[in-house]
Amino acid sequence: MKMTAGRTFLLWLLAMLAGAAIVWNTRFTADMSFFLPSHPTAEQQVLVDQLKEGVVSRLLMLAIEGGEAEQRAALSRDLRGRLAKMPEFVSVQNGEAGSQEADRAFLFKHRYLLSPAISQERFTVAGLKAAIANSIDLLASPAGMMLKPMLARDPTGELIELISGLNAGAQPNSRNGVWASRDGERAMLLVQTQALGSDTDGQEAAINRLRSEFAASAEAAGITNAKLQLSGPGLFAVNSRATIKDEVSRLSLISSIAIIAVLLFVYRSFRLLGLGLLPVVSGALGGVVAVSLAYGSVFGITVGFGAALIGESVDYSIYYFVQSGKTGLAGWRERFWPTIRLGVLTSVCGFGALLFSGFPGLAQLGLYALSGVITAAVVTRFVLPQLSGKHLKMRDLAPLGRQLEKVIPAIHCLRWPVIALALAAATTLFIQRGELWNPELSALSPITQADQNIDMALRADIGAPDSRYLVVINAADREAALQAAEKTGAQLDQLVRQGLIGGYDSPARFLPSQATQAARRASLPAEADLRRHLQAAQQDSPLAAKKLDPFIADIASARHLPTLERATLDNTSLALAVDSLLLQHGESWSVLLPLRPGEQAIDVPALKAALAGTGALFIDMSVEFNKLYNDYLHEATLLSLAGLLAIVALLAVTLRSPRRLAAILLPLVLAVVIVIAGLHLLGERLHLLHLIGMLLIVAVGSNYALFFDRPSLDHHLDPETLASMLIANVTTVIGFGTLALSSVPVLHAVGVTVGPGAMLALLLSAIFVPRETAA
Amino acid sequence: MIKRIFCSLLLALFALPAFAAFDVAQLMGDLAKLKGGKAKFVEKKYISLLDKPLISTGEMNFTAPDRLEKRTLTPKVETLLLDKDMLSIEREKQKLTINLSNQPEALAFIDSIRGTLTGNRAALEKNYLLHLSGTQDKWVLTLLPSEQKIAALVLRIIVSGSKNQIRSIEYLQADGDRSVMSIEPVELK
Repeated sequence: MKMTAGRTFLLWLLAMLAGAAIVWNTRFTADMSFFLPSHPTAEQQVLVDQLKEGVVSRLLMLAIEGGEAEQRAALSRDLRGRLAKMPEFVSVQNGEAGSQEADRAFLFKHRYLLSPAISQERFTVAGLKAAIANSIDLLASPAGMMLKPMLARDPTGELIELISGLNAGAQPNSRNGVWASRDGERAMLLVQTQALGSDTDGQEAAINRLRSEFAASAEAAGITNAKLQLSGPGLFAVNSRATIKDEVSRLSLISSIAIIAVLLFVYRSFRLLGLGLLPVVSGALGGVVAVSLAYGSVFGITVGFGAALIGESVDYSIYYFVQSGKTGLAGWRERFWPTIRLGVLTSVCGFGALLFSGFPGLAQLGLYALSGVITAAVVTRFVLPQLSGKHLKMRDLAPLGRQLEKVIPAIHCLRWPVIALALAAATTLFIQRGELWNPELSALSPITQADQNIDMALRADIGAPDSRYLVVINAADREAALQAAEKTGAQLDQLVRQGLIGGYDSPARFLPSQATQAARRASLPAEADLRRHLQAAQQDSPLAAKKLDPFIADIASARHLPTLERATLDNTSLALAVDSLLLQHGESWSVLLPLRPGEQAIDVPALKAALAGTGALFIDMSVEFNKLYNDYLHEATLLSLAGLLAIVALLAVTLRSPRRLAAILLPLVLAVVIVIAGLHLLGERLHLLHLIGMLLIVAVGSNYALFFDRPSLDHHLDPETLASMLIANVTTVIGFGTLALSSVPVLHAVGVTVGPGAMLALLLSAIFVPRETAA
Repeated sequence: MIKRIFCSLLLALFALPAFAAFDVAQLMGDLAKLKGGKAKFVEKKYISLLDKPLISTGEMNFTAPDRLEKRTLTPKVETLLLDKDMLSIEREKQKLTINLSNQPEALAFIDSIRGTLTGNRAALEKNYLLHLSGTQDKWVLTLLPSEQKIAALVLRIIVSGSKNQIRSIEYLQADGDRSVMSIEPVELK
């Protein structure tokens, strides 16, 4: 059945509408998950969870600048008062006295269920004697100041026991009763959002709320020069999203305008321009649809890659218009389509290799480009000819082509210089191979250096937890998790005593397992026994037993205290501490025990040895991050090689001639070497996206090299084809080159590598074209 | 301040040199000359809940202007080190470090000792009203907290001594408890 133009157009339109409907319902994201592994190891899973929903990912650090110290402190108090009432914020801390009263009251009330010192021995004559004598000794010291008012109720010092385990970390500086920066010039606050770190919309709403409340607070206080600076993972996510959003539209616009200008200049026809953009629009849409269907959501960075796709996919319609003008549709299909198809296939090999990446961002980019290129090619082959009709009124590009024909023999003499240049480039790369790569995952992060600096400064000022070292235990339910936390905690206590670690946090400190609580409660003595024991224990003590009636009353009531549940902790900041360390994932639970280094750095092998066989997993987040990146890099290396191999195999099978294969590959390899050396010499630190860029130079560049191969088989390389190659190359270079303008490292790297690489691929292919086929 | 200077001027004019009243400025001047020293101390804490006073003994080591080390030897070994605004207490392998600039009340308290040791009148007068009695050989300096927050903790501090030697410091706390520290110099710098 012969398709009519109208029917084809209708079909295309339907497909486009369906695609548009899918895109309309697609969720676009810009969070960290772009960089997080899709198949994480157990250690990486902890990293991923922490980044997505961990407490640290929900912390925002605030600094108030300007005004006088008292004004800043007043602002800090007022802001805390405002924010604490809002559902967007789980906790707002500014070091105000009294803000920890609720915690302290809770700890005091439940001290006999919470204190690890509680056991039957504690309430024997000897146990009481020792514990109370210890408290009295402590009274002699300034450290005992806080103990004194509670001595009659807590003579065994359980509260001290509890509090000494807390807050051993550095406390922020303080001015006028609230936290201040180290230089005292800024008031500091620490805010925890209700929204998860991965919920960028929630983070954005919370940050906007923060800013508007601060502005209102400053205005109410009449402080005109007060400024709020904030930082934290949530802000990074919000900023990155804004940057990416802004760049996607900006880059696509630049790329589109430049390419449209080139096409208008070449075609001198709006109709041809419109038709020529048909495969491009289809490709861009097809890419997003494929990603959306495969992944459920689309990363903003992926869409940003569209700028390059525009440049790449417009090539096909250029070839069609320019080349079919002379030969007609049938001739074009017979003579040029196989070459174009082979070019499409090499591109597919290049982009397709990325699909297998465990780095989700890379896999998405691959799928997006792959489906975009295929869609554009299919639309060019099957839709475009139907719509454009038989009589293309195309400007004759033969003059341009003939000029190019003259240039090609002239640049043959550059062969040896190019080889020499490539050799020099290769030598440079080899000698400086140690300094080529940026070894940090942060090299890929779209967070600006300025933002990172602010973050570091605020972090240092506030002493925010860095939770670099974690011990993680998984369990079937909450009780099992807490029991495991207690068991591992006992081991960690030993390490603390040995000085291997400075301390650790545990959810069981505020929410002991039911078993432990029951055991502690059972060890509390009956009133008569306690009285008797106290009498005996305190005979020679300056603290007479008869003065300890409040203690006896407290023990009696503690024997009937209900078991602590998670809900008992509500309205204290301890709830947050427990929630952040005791996590539920579907059916299973896990406990995090963050470790604090002691006097010396943590000895990782010794620690691992101590925990061996307990089922507890020790994680160094910083090491995991670097390992993650190295895994990506390693994988990207393999994928690039596999992609390259696939391209070589494809060409070998198609061309069936080692000589022709070599002739095509030589200029591509030289282009890669020269580009990479050039980037290195320009001071660009390479990361894994540059590596991917190298693969794409080969995948995209081969499209041009293939045309130079074609004529050697049967036809003479005519001027129109030459002209179409030049124009197609210009649009591709514009497309990829635009990405180089991006401040998002992932896009920038691909842009700076593939942009010049594609140009060099054409130039070098022309330089190295076999003499007999040149003209 | 001006009034005070005026008063002392008046005294200087009218009193005979031999009977020159010993004033705060003089005492501070004497104390400021001391560059440090080592002393033994006995501290008695009278706490209402306890039948007997708590007695602790040890050594103190002062290096002007802002390093004070107090080593308690009995009943339990404890080292308290005040270095500028960092206060650290080491006791049974536990070490607690407090930045005093975060704790204005505690800082005021510490300044009462440090200000006296170094003869830093300005530091003392920031938080206390000073009252001096006695002679250069046997003086008693009373510090009355001028700020409510400090007064809620300590009613008054009585420092007594001889020349530039502090011999005792007594704290009377707001809850009626008190502590007396007697100081016996071992060497001077």
